[in-house]
Amino acid sequence: MGNSPHTDGIVAGRISADAVADNFSDLHPPLDDHEALVAADRCYFCYDAPCQTACPTSIDIPLFIRQIATGTAESAARTIFEQNILGGMCARVCPTETLCEEVCVREVAEGKPVLIGQLQRYATDKVMAEDKHPFTRAAPTGKAVAVVGAGPAGLSAAHRLAMLGHDVVIYDARPKGGGLNEYGIAAYKSVEGFAQAEVDWLLQIGGIEIRYEQKLGESITLETLQERYDAVFLGVGLGGVNALRAEGEDKEGVRDAVDFIAELRQADDLTKLPVGRRVIVIGGGMTAIDAAVQSKLLGAQEVTVAYRRDKSAMGASEFEQVLATSHGVRIEFNAQPVRVVGNGKVTAVEFARTTSAGGELAPTGETFEIPADQVFKAIGQTLTTDAGLTVERGKIAVNETGRTSVSGVWAGGDCASGGDDLTVTAVAEGRDAAMDIHATLTGEGA
Amino acid sequence: MADLRSEFVGIKSPNPFWLASAPPTDKEYNVRRAYEAGWGGVVWKTLGEEGPPVVNVNGPRYGAIFGADRRLLGLNNIELITDRPLQQNLREIKAVKRDYPDRALVVSLMVPCEEEAWKAILPVVEETGADGIELNFGCPHGMAERGMGSAVGQVPEYIEMVTRWCKQNTRMPVIVKLTPNITDVRYPAQAAKRGGADAVSLINTINSITSVNLDSFAPEPTIDGKGSHGGYCGPAVKPIAMNMVAEIARSPETAGLPMSGIGGITTWRDAAEFMSLGCGNVQVCTAAMTYGFKVVQEMISGLGQWMDEKGHNSIDDFVGRAVPNVRDWQHLNLNHVTKARISQDDCIKCGRCYAACEDTSHQAISMSADRVFEVMDDECVACNLCVNVCPVEGCITMETLEPGMVDERTGQVVSGEHGDWTTHPNNPSVVAAE
Repeated sequence: MGNSPHTDGIVAGRISADAVADNFSDLHPPLDDHEALVAADRCYFCYDAPCQTACPTSIDIPLFIRQIATGTAESAARTIFEQNILGGMCARVCPTETLCEEVCVREVAEGKPVLIGQLQRYATDKVMAEDKHPFTRAAPTGKAVAVVGAGPAGLSAAHRLAMLGHDVVIYDARPKGGGLNEYGIAAYKSVEGFAQAEVDWLLQIGGIEIRYEQKLGESITLETLQERYDAVFLGVGLGGVNALRAEGEDKEGVRDAVDFIAELRQADDLTKLPVGRRVIVIGGGMTAIDAAVQSKLLGAQEVTVAYRRDKSAMGASEFEQVLATSHGVRIEFNAQPVRVVGNGKVTAVEFARTTSAGGELAPTGETFEIPADQVFKAIGQTLTTDAGLTVERGKIAVNETGRTSVSGVWAGGDCASGGDDLTVTAVAEGRDAAMDIHATLTGEGA
Repeated sequence: MADLRSEFVGIKSPNPFWLASAPPTDKEYNVRRAYEAGWGGVVWKTLGEEGPPVVNVNGPRYGAIFGADRRLLGLNNIELITDRPLQQNLREIKAVKRDYPDRALVVSLMVPCEEEAWKAILPVVEETGADGIELNFGCPHGMAERGMGSAVGQVPEYIEMVTRWCKQNTRMPVIVKLTPNITDVRYPAQAAKRGGADAVSLINTINSITSVNLDSFAPEPTIDGKGSHGGYCGPAVKPIAMNMVAEIARSPETAGLPMSGIGGITTWRDAAEFMSLGCGNVQVCTAAMTYGFKVVQEMISGLGQWMDEKGHNSIDDFVGRAVPNVRDWQHLNLNHVTKARISQDDCIKCGRCYAACEDTSHQAISMSADRVFEVMDDECVACNLCVNVCPVEGCITMETLEPGMVDERTGQVVSGEHGDWTTHPNNPSVVAAE
């Protein structure tokens, strides 16, 4: 007998290969040509459009939608890529419901926004499927820039720098590029190896070399990079994971959600990936939701997201919460873990009931247990190396163009202060830092 | 329930919705389906003279203009008159009319501009029991190259002559179908009236090229790399058709001449608009070709509901009611002052009114940092562009300034008197009153 959702313990193959394939298919299937025209026609081409203002990369959304509507998706894609070279991934992973689509006048008026994210995907997919790269490099400047981290911030910075004529070397700690696009986001948001395809497509600009398995603070140091290059951009992300600070967190069956997601993303065969029968994910952000939903999709019988505050404080968007609950994930609000229960292996987590009305978190005195054979921690990530730079609230301190406390060193993305920890924010920060680096190296800036 | 029965130049039909002479009325099978679906009448697709029938192209006959979601807005065709033998058509007309005596059946005709040709065809049509004939002086493609269709309709003297031949050679009512491919529709209408026409029907299709294929640089529809201008119809032509109808209705020479309205009629509302401009009934083609014959059911129910709501017991109650309100520009009241008003409750803050006014009009709408859009009365000329570009119906309206109020743009007090161009001091043609 094979395993089923009801098999105790952490086991693989709870559901059939077909069911797994179905579960991990594209969350939003791409729009076909006609669907895209219909969706594009709903755009009002607003003046000084709120959607564009809400986009961290300031994509000219009304223009690209109009370009789709007139049958010129390639022009639309160029409009997108000029602002956001990872527009393909952002079309898949952006929480549009809290960005562009939230402020779409048709969302405000009718509760039905223009499908901006899906239209962006339509345009960008079209160009990437044709393997066309819309940009060429400027004349060589003779300058070389080191970029640490091949995630969204680093790739964005590298592409912009290469386009402006600089030579770029990217150092990444992992064996593949893409950063969280490759290792971090839910599989159903980036199917069919999109993250790698996007990296390959982006590199078509030329002038960018990626050196893999080079970790800052180990095989490379900031000092050597500063010596060898004209400028350094750090986009190293947040490599560490916060501790639960609850008794028993070292028991077998407790692990970091980011590791589970990375393992899942890199797995060749998801039917061989073990998951618990009863899974608890502790945390309230996108990572928590991604871990919970994917546990359920692997066949876990019961999956609970336990969050210590109430719904209104949850980091995961309403869309993500609904996505989770529609997959049968239970969200337990006002539940703070106090103890992982079990004799060697986890069997349950004990929670203290909290109140968080008014923002002040306080225990009510009630405690309760939820049975579990697997627990994922998703309570935030931390900077693993500050490379000697000034740090503010756990992140590398930067100004609005990404300058750190050290001259010649810029930083952006999740590792840097300011901005939400979103792919799209990282892209914007990498791009803006690149422009500042360019201005500095060519003497055009301050 | 309102009475939708129609009597048009003596031809009775249970409702005023007829199918126009066109592909949907080319043969018995279609016409029976149309009557079963509820159409009040049919104008049988144009018959030509006895002999070998015309031939059609064997490539595409239609081209189209689309709106959102491929909604068909305009259709063009290069199909000719019926390509089936005359005798077969006549047999079918007779059979259908026998089976549907309560429905109108008018036969469209196009034969060469010779009296003998008309004398030959009129008796055989009359013999079918058809209710009337419609003279096709309108088709702008193909047949016009052979001296028929719009080639006749563009020469008022020919219209008058042929109409007179027909009136002299048949007891059937004669409807003259007019082409819009002229400069002033009143002249062909007057010619038809002089020739003794019982009615005119308008408009036939408009000369058009719907699109050009940018790969082959050929107009569409394309036949072996080439295209020809075709006749344009559908919702896109309705405004053009309604103006022509109104011109005939309000011209003293033709006022009162019965009209059958044609041109993009798609819903009951379109029909009611044409009829309010003086049409005794309407003819439909593109809507049926787009959606099938069933559309007539909405037209019947919609017109009936509107008539009930408005208290119109019969269609005669509202036919022509809008005609007195169609005037020359020079008679419009220049003392009528309005200002745009934006409902902040309805505004969705898209800013289209602002862009339109700021870029292309009178800079009369202000925009605040938090996207509140307001009309500046001292700049607003009441052009209505903001109303037209606003995506929310009823959000922007025009408010009339009452007499005694001050127009902030001009500083003038609004007069309660009518004042138009004919008496305006800037008009050099005004003769000062002694």
